[in-house]
Amino acid sequence: MSDITANTPIHGSSAPRDAPMATTGLIAWLRANLFSGWLSTAVTLLLGYLIVRAVIGIVDWAFINAIWSVPLSPTGVAQTQVCRDLQGAGACWAVVTEKHRFMLFGTYPYEQHWRPAIVCLLFIGLYIVSAMRRFWNWTLIPIWAVTLTAIGILMWGGVLGLPYVPQERWGGLPITLILATFGLAFAFPLSIVVALGRRSNLPAIKVLCVVYVELIRGVPLISLLFMASVMFPLFLPEGMNIDKLLRAQIAIILFAGAYLAEVVRGGLQALPKGQYEAADAMGLSYWQKTGLIILPQALRLVIPPLVNTFIGFFKDTSLVLIIGIFDLLTAGKTAIVEPAWQGFGVEVYVFVGLIYLCFCFAMSKYSQGLEAELNRHRRR
Amino acid sequence: MSDATVDPRFRRKPPKRPLRLSWSDERVRGIVWQVVVVAIIGSIFYWLWSNTVHNLEVRRIATGFGFLWREAGLPIAEHLIPYEPTDTYFRALTVGVLNTLKVAVVGIVLATILGTIIGIARLSKNFLVSKIAGFYVELLRDLPLLLQLLFWYTVMQGLPGPRQAFHPTEGVFFSNRGFRFPALVWEGAHTAALIACVIGIVLTWLYARAARARQMADGQPRKVWPAAIALIIGLPVFVWLAMGAPWTIDWPALRGFNFRGGMAVSPEYAALLIGLVTYTAAFIAEVVRAGILSVNQGQWEAAQALGLRHGSVLRLIVLPQALRVIIPPMTSNYLNLTKNSSLAVAIGYQDIVSIANTTLNQTGQAIEGIAIIMLVYLTISLSISLFMNWYNAKIALVER
Amino acid sequence: MSAAIETLGVHVASSVRTDAPPAIVLDKVNKWFGALHVLRDVDLQVALGERVVVCGPSGSGKSTMIRCINRLETHQEGRILVDGIELTDDVRALDAIRRDVGMVFQSFNLFPHLTILENCTLAPIWVRKMPKKHAEELAMEYLTRVRIPEQAKKYPGQLSGGQQQRVAIARALCMKPKIMLFDEPTSALDPEMIKEVLDTMVMLAAEGMTMICVTHEMGFARQVADRVVFMDRGEIVESGTPDQVFNDPKTERLKLFLSQILRGH
Repeated sequence: MSDITANTPIHGSSAPRDAPMATTGLIAWLRANLFSGWLSTAVTLLLGYLIVRAVIGIVDWAFINAIWSVPLSPTGVAQTQVCRDLQGAGACWAVVTEKHRFMLFGTYPYEQHWRPAIVCLLFIGLYIVSAMRRFWNWTLIPIWAVTLTAIGILMWGGVLGLPYVPQERWGGLPITLILATFGLAFAFPLSIVVALGRRSNLPAIKVLCVVYVELIRGVPLISLLFMASVMFPLFLPEGMNIDKLLRAQIAIILFAGAYLAEVVRGGLQALPKGQYEAADAMGLSYWQKTGLIILPQALRLVIPPLVNTFIGFFKDTSLVLIIGIFDLLTAGKTAIVEPAWQGFGVEVYVFVGLIYLCFCFAMSKYSQGLEAELNRHRRR
Repeated sequence: MSDATVDPRFRRKPPKRPLRLSWSDERVRGIVWQVVVVAIIGSIFYWLWSNTVHNLEVRRIATGFGFLWREAGLPIAEHLIPYEPTDTYFRALTVGVLNTLKVAVVGIVLATILGTIIGIARLSKNFLVSKIAGFYVELLRDLPLLLQLLFWYTVMQGLPGPRQAFHPTEGVFFSNRGFRFPALVWEGAHTAALIACVIGIVLTWLYARAARARQMADGQPRKVWPAAIALIIGLPVFVWLAMGAPWTIDWPALRGFNFRGGMAVSPEYAALLIGLVTYTAAFIAEVVRAGILSVNQGQWEAAQALGLRHGSVLRLIVLPQALRVIIPPMTSNYLNLTKNSSLAVAIGYQDIVSIANTTLNQTGQAIEGIAIIMLVYLTISLSISLFMNWYNAKIALVER
Repeated sequence: MSAAIETLGVHVASSVRTDAPPAIVLDKVNKWFGALHVLRDVDLQVALGERVVVCGPSGSGKSTMIRCINRLETHQEGRILVDGIELTDDVRALDAIRRDVGMVFQSFNLFPHLTILENCTLAPIWVRKMPKKHAEELAMEYLTRVRIPEQAKKYPGQLSGGQQQRVAIARALCMKPKIMLFDEPTSALDPEMIKEVLDTMVMLAAEGMTMICVTHEMGFARQVADRVVFMDRGEIVESGTPDQVFNDPKTERLKLFLSQILRGH
């Protein structure tokens, strides 16, 4: 029977004991996560076997049997017969070693390749700086302005002793980065204006913003790119010409603006009403309230979905292939048009894919880490 | 509770505030802003439009949709309805729309199945399963869709020629001219069996409802699966047998340089479908995972504390709540798949974008062509949006 | 110190059944979360009809202990017996135990997509295989007893916190459990709603229900508990009648705890 009804204090606290082997350590982890039941064990063994076979196959194809370079004939044409003899058993990485400069920089003059290379580094630097919390205030704007101007100077040249390179010769990775980054740079302010407009009480402005957002989000990006490529010349008076890259850039800006506007609107809605009311109670005007109180908070709230949207249209810049603009993917596809290199698409796409993967995976991990951190703070 | 006659003190309407024509009146400011914005945007559009009219005149480009009724002269390799290059542009564009729907509908079904499996796999307790699923999702979401489509198309083209086609089983061939499967020669008995199957599904649903009602009446649960099997499988089989059990299979065979007979899947369609399905499944997996995680642990615990078994908890408590969170982003993914099918133009599958593009190149009427493309997609998007809004309002959790 | 803990009312008469086997037995129960030793050699026996209040500082393992009783957490060492049935991995035993043990959570955990009535009839229909009409009558009876029969057709989101918690109690009672577990039932409530929930629990106690209640409400403990158990850092430090524990604490840890929670009074 219950003998603890009487007051029986237990003197001296017992020290914590170590958990039994069955609950901690490697064995316990294996038991819980890989072999927790007979079904789980069977699946683990099957998957383990398949993974090992796949890894061996990939290592064979990509490294052991692969060919890393091919000889050039006296006329400079690559002798790819040795690659073809492999018949798929090994990768022909020679296409990457021969053509990587072309794929990365397009038809940019060969001796000037250091310029687009620095441009790519500048872009990467810009992303990293924007990701650091220290810079999340209005100093970001001059940083972006200066960097983008420097990029423009480097790409075009014509000043500071740099030879001029016309836009038709730009290509490869810099174009992808330019389209994505300038797209974001101009679409972001546009999206803020549209998001604010959509939440305004003035019916005309609200309708305009709603129509813009729903129209753009309802159509595929390709149709906008077609519009840019074929219709924009019709919209402009005779004699006024904007080149193809700029047209595609405008289309991407309009496209990104609509999607970003929805993200920003989500942030504006998530902000507690009390913030708006407190700002009003202090007598701030609409623009003061928006600029000093609302936007700084709302924008911080939506940085993870913002980054995810940016990843989305970083990848979407590849669509300019269809209207004939030379971005990274187009350069890759063109590299295998040459008869000597025909048929080695897989190697080229793996190479191009790895570059995209580097950028997008880094951004994805960043956004996930940020989200986890923001959730932690919010739950307090 | 309310009086039939309202107290006369409360019958007045609020007084109208007269508009003071002064900048300090908020409403005046609002009106001025709107007028200014509309005027600016209006004048920009007017300028663009007048340029366009002028340019079209100068280049002697026709306007209007009259070209739809002209002969297209456009060869289309795959068409769901009969089509000849001598048909009109209108028919060509219709074929395009049908081709788009063909890849979109099949793609949505397959992507949902694959995505749900992967989403659930990510939540599995087995480390390998969840990590592999996670790896799949991360990899496919970080690569551009166009790259993936080109990759799959290259793989399709890298398949051996028809003479050396892969031949895993009887009648199935994978070559660089596409896939070939044995096809059932469709006869009346098969249509009847299909109708019987649909009827069987409806009857099973009715039976399940009746069984549920009986369980509510006396508490004893009733098994539905025997009747389901009988109705959904047994009934069509019975009908088919009764009508003579026709079962002729059209086996593909190599004739000359290509196969004849059987069901053909072109490499373009296959590449587009595989690319779209694998890509969209990665996004759907995340949506499903988020939906299941959204049901907080307390719901599981409360249901289990009441004695409900795992299956019942899922069915009665978790899934209804999870679906509410899953369905809106799921439809947005369906919409994305449909819009992404427009990338078909890059690998040579003739969907509406591809055909409209050729049309506008041939007729020179760019504005009409692009307007047609946008109209088709806007119709699909807006109708799905409307349905979504209606559905959301209907199932919203009732709160104060 | 005794005057500082007010009683809610007259102390509820004891209904301990000494002739029946104990309702709950915890025998040298140990539990680890990873490497953290959260329950240390816990020994506890609860007789049928007995009302036990468990108190202690946060992190002391009190919630973990009662969640082990209906296997929402699993213990690694020791034995737990509920109504004579031992808690192991046996699913049938678990089903039998969960049918007879009702639980009320701190965050109510009502099912938001079902009406109040459906929340209460769900388990009787699907677990006890009751006909629907019978289950609804039973649910209305208990909803009346917790004094919110008029909310039956509403949804949980439309009710206040105190009402939701009373529904949660009614929902647990609809399974006609032998034992009720309360895991800090009033901690998530606004002060003005705590009383209505405590009144319901007092009423339940007066009817002779076996209860284990984790709570900070000491007035409730005084009124209702046959025994108060003080836990700290995973072990039971002191236990005894409310008088003994509140007026005559023997260990330093209990004295410290009491001084902390009484500071506000």
